Amino acid sequence: MIPQDLPVITQEAPVLDWWLLAPLLTLFGGAMLAVLFEAFVPAARRRLLQIGVAALSLLATFVLIVLQVGSLPDGQAGVTVGVGSLAVDRTVLFFQGTIAVLALVSLLLIAERRDGRDAFAAQAAAVPGSEEERAHILAGTQHTEIYPLVLFAVLGMLMFPASNDFLTMFIALEVMSLPLYLMCGLARRRRLFSQEAAVKYFLLGAFSSAFFLFGAAMVYGYAGSVNFGEVRAAVENGGAAIFQDGDGRALLLMGIGLVAVGLLFKVGAVPFHNWKPDVYQGAPTPVTALMASCTLVAAFGALLRVFFVPFGGSAGDWEPALWIVAVLTMVVAAIVAVSQRDIKRLLAYSSVVHAGFILTAVVAGSTDGLAGAMFYLAAYGFTTLGAFAVVTLVRTADGGQEQGDLDRWAGLGRRHPLLAGALALFLLAFAGIPLTSGFIGKFAVFQAAVAAGATPLVVVGVLSSAVTAFFYVRIIVVMFFRDPEADGHTVVRAGAATGGVIAIGVAATLLLGVYPGPVLDNLLPSPDGSQEPVSVMVDQASTEAG
Amino acid sequence: MIPWLTIAIALPAVGALLVWALPRTGAGGREQAAASAAAQARSGGGTATAVRAPAAAATGAASAENAKRITLGVSLATLAVLVVMTLRFDPSNAGSLQFVEEYPWIPRFGVHFAVGVDGIALALILMSAILVPLVVLAAWREHDHREDGGRGYFALILALEAMMIGVFAATDVFLFYVFFEAMLIPVYFMIGRYGRGDERAKAAVKFLLYSLAGGLIMLVAVIGVFVHGGTFLWADLVGENGALAGLDPSTARWLFLGFFIAFAIKAPMWPVHTWLPQAAGSSSPGTAVLLVGVLDKVGTYGMLRFCMELFPSAVSWFVWPVVALSLVSIVYGAILAIGQTDMMRLVAYTSVSHFGFITLGIFALTPQAQTGAALYMVNHGFATGALFLIVGLLVARRGSSLIKDFSGVQNVAPRLAGVFLVAGLAGLALPGLAPFVSEFLVFVGVYAFSPAPALIAVIGVVLAALYILWMYQRTMTGPTADGVAGFKDLSAREAWAVGPLLALILAFGLYPQPLLDAIEPAAERTVVSTVGSAEEGGAE
Repeated sequence: MIPQDLPVITQEAPVLDWWLLAPLLTLFGGAMLAVLFEAFVPAARRRLLQIGVAALSLLATFVLIVLQVGSLPDGQAGVTVGVGSLAVDRTVLFFQGTIAVLALVSLLLIAERRDGRDAFAAQAAAVPGSEEERAHILAGTQHTEIYPLVLFAVLGMLMFPASNDFLTMFIALEVMSLPLYLMCGLARRRRLFSQEAAVKYFLLGAFSSAFFLFGAAMVYGYAGSVNFGEVRAAVENGGAAIFQDGDGRALLLMGIGLVAVGLLFKVGAVPFHNWKPDVYQGAPTPVTALMASCTLVAAFGALLRVFFVPFGGSAGDWEPALWIVAVLTMVVAAIVAVSQRDIKRLLAYSSVVHAGFILTAVVAGSTDGLAGAMFYLAAYGFTTLGAFAVVTLVRTADGGQEQGDLDRWAGLGRRHPLLAGALALFLLAFAGIPLTSGFIGKFAVFQAAVAAGATPLVVVGVLSSAVTAFFYVRIIVVMFFRDPEADGHTVVRAGAATGGVIAIGVAATLLLGVYPGPVLDNLLPSPDGSQEPVSVMVDQASTEAG
Repeated sequence: MIPWLTIAIALPAVGALLVWALPRTGAGGREQAAASAAAQARSGGGTATAVRAPAAAATGAASAENAKRITLGVSLATLAVLVVMTLRFDPSNAGSLQFVEEYPWIPRFGVHFAVGVDGIALALILMSAILVPLVVLAAWREHDHREDGGRGYFALILALEAMMIGVFAATDVFLFYVFFEAMLIPVYFMIGRYGRGDERAKAAVKFLLYSLAGGLIMLVAVIGVFVHGGTFLWADLVGENGALAGLDPSTARWLFLGFFIAFAIKAPMWPVHTWLPQAAGSSSPGTAVLLVGVLDKVGTYGMLRFCMELFPSAVSWFVWPVVALSLVSIVYGAILAIGQTDMMRLVAYTSVSHFGFITLGIFALTPQAQTGAALYMVNHGFATGALFLIVGLLVARRGSSLIKDFSGVQNVAPRLAGVFLVAGLAGLALPGLAPFVSEFLVFVGVYAFSPAPALIAVIGVVLAALYILWMYQRTMTGPTADGVAGFKDLSAREAWAVGPLLALILAFGLYPQPLLDAIEPAAERTVVSTVGSAEEGGAE
């Protein structure tokens, strides 16, 4: 059987709305420029130029994203651009704006230098421990490929939650992931460790991408289209025209499952979380910070979009599976985290637990759930950036590499009350103590879940929350209640950039905790509207604005 | 209209920030000086810093003194505000909320900064505000040896005071929860950082985890209230036409349980009391006063205000289980108190027993019993506060809180032994002292409810005489022990710290009427709404 309405192939160029594509194009242009600079500008002037290009293009992208809010049509969720391949609605713009801001803040960490050295390998291509590497270190060379890589990764992150078809989403996934794989291997110190993390991330990530692509193929088989709007329509009508009596359901279920594996891998939900601790620990900490904030926001943005838009009509099929994944994620990660001794591994497991909390909002499947997840992600992003910024400052006694061993952090609070106080605030926010942003986020997602009838999930959530509180509190005990050890750690002086990141983290954590009203009311989908998430997310096949 | 309650909350909060933000020349300065001294020693020029270091230390001490003065001043100012409020409080209308304020806070979730007090809440707030300056006075020298001169401790006390007032005044369930949970953090640091003994970090963690676990369970119930009621405002939720009136009974029971578990942990009720003796034993005496005297009251206050009034239809289900747990608490706490070798832990266990009386009174559902229970909350704050403070004076002199390290204190410090005796007798509810009135009311009320629990509870009274008098006998009488011989008697500062409490215990023991006038209408309101609804539920 051949479908009757084959698309007519035309020679006409598609009509593109350049204004709505401007944020992505700006960032793309900045990234290309950065590649050229890396190749042609003399080493001495390169670094500052690269930072300037990266900062300016991210800033311009953010401004453009904000400006687009005004050009959304009234009365409908939003529009699609690029022949229906990208969605522009308030939800997408919120995710993109959040990613752009968090990326700017991470850039501060990435650009920070200590004693004239970056946190990244002088010459990434040199074999660790080789003569070549030593020569580069002695010569003081410093490659700055990290900046174009960051820009490309952020470009992928901006596209990921905005994708309106599975192929675009796959491309976004790869554009986001490939630079991240590389960045993970760029650590200046403990290079083998860092490269191991990169290889692990790459292999597992490649697998998950394959899962995603295979799932997309299944969905195409079922719906006859990869476009989210058309898939949604197909799901509601029981599949493409060639199927009768819903006999294509198996294809759909396989498709949903495989796509879900790919996305759940990116957010780090159990049982697809194993890469997180290794990668977070091995990657250079500024890159870890970028991954823990921006990548998580992007991945959840995409996950929410996929489950709520194309698969929204099939919620009864995926909700039970997500229940199980959410419970596993919250419980397993919380328990495993208790025995962690390394701060970065612990924060990685903590990020897995948080992913579980956000999944409860996905399970809710409502606009409130969407709004809760959006708030949670933004709040968590700032807090986690601040926490990793603190990690970059606490070094081993000889002032060399970072001191990951938590037991050696004893007495940090006595010697450096402000630094330890900031970290304590971030940890309390992770634990969801009131008057921090973490509490409001937790309340928002749990409230959505209870309203949607997922109370048992919320009970599991609060119990695992109590377990996670144990290890956050233990860090505070080590920092404040133990006497300092002679050779436990040294704290390097926070430069303006790192200090700025910590200050931004503290400010956002407190502000979103004490006065979250403006964000909740103005930037998130309204609670008074329809509880169908698709009412605030674009699902049209192709509607060019203007 | 003057926003009295907001002022009373904001004043200590601002004071806490002020104390915290005082120039940090203390610990930090000393350390920087030491660090730069080391650096200069390496480069061969250490003389300049050697001069600077003591100067920095002196400034540190001066700023710690300022911190104490500011703390005392702010806490007295807060007390003054509350005294003015008490004078303006309309006792003829004590059963309804007064000084009501309401501002939208998080519109999306219908959360308001809504405060207001009835007679019970005002009495508890006033009690807290009286205890704080006395704790500050008693702790004046206690933290001098610490690297920050105790400045952090005093900032934490003020922060805690703001939250204590807030938690009793909150009339928005969300706001109450925020204060309820946020309160844990200052106490956690007060125990873990400024506590006593090697176990203090462990005790602080245990305290925090127990409370957090309870609080998180309560969070589910708080969300449940919002999902079912659509609002957080207490005034809109309660009553026959309130937003929760139509709640189906099984949901009401689950939500009741969610709140109750958190409050039982806080209260602390057997079998979830195990954090308290350790936490109180590892606290400095001032912390213990606030922990047992005020924080634990939030648990019993919450039972009265939230469990009972929000879910009256569920109460009848829980009466007998809670009465049974209360009786176990009364007897078990008393027996364990007798067996303690540490005075701080002993007083903590007596509180487990006393809180058993309070919860027994609350759940007996008669006006006398609930009035007695609410009165007990206030009186227990004064009596146990005094006992902890005086034990603290003993600990400060001897450097130990073990009973066996004391003997014959009355030979060298008769006034100290005298106040100890009065506070102890208040603890065992001797007639003429304030706790007697409340205990008596609880007994009368419980007996009217059912004679058997009242008779079992009497065991607790008998045991109370045993643990208090035996402790007094072992520490104060007998031959003067070696470490005790050099004890100074009560100093003026110490007399100012404990004197007001003893005066209040005597005054309210002889003339409890003003307190009763404030408390009774509010207690009656709870009983009427609960019993009315329970009968209705039974009739269905």
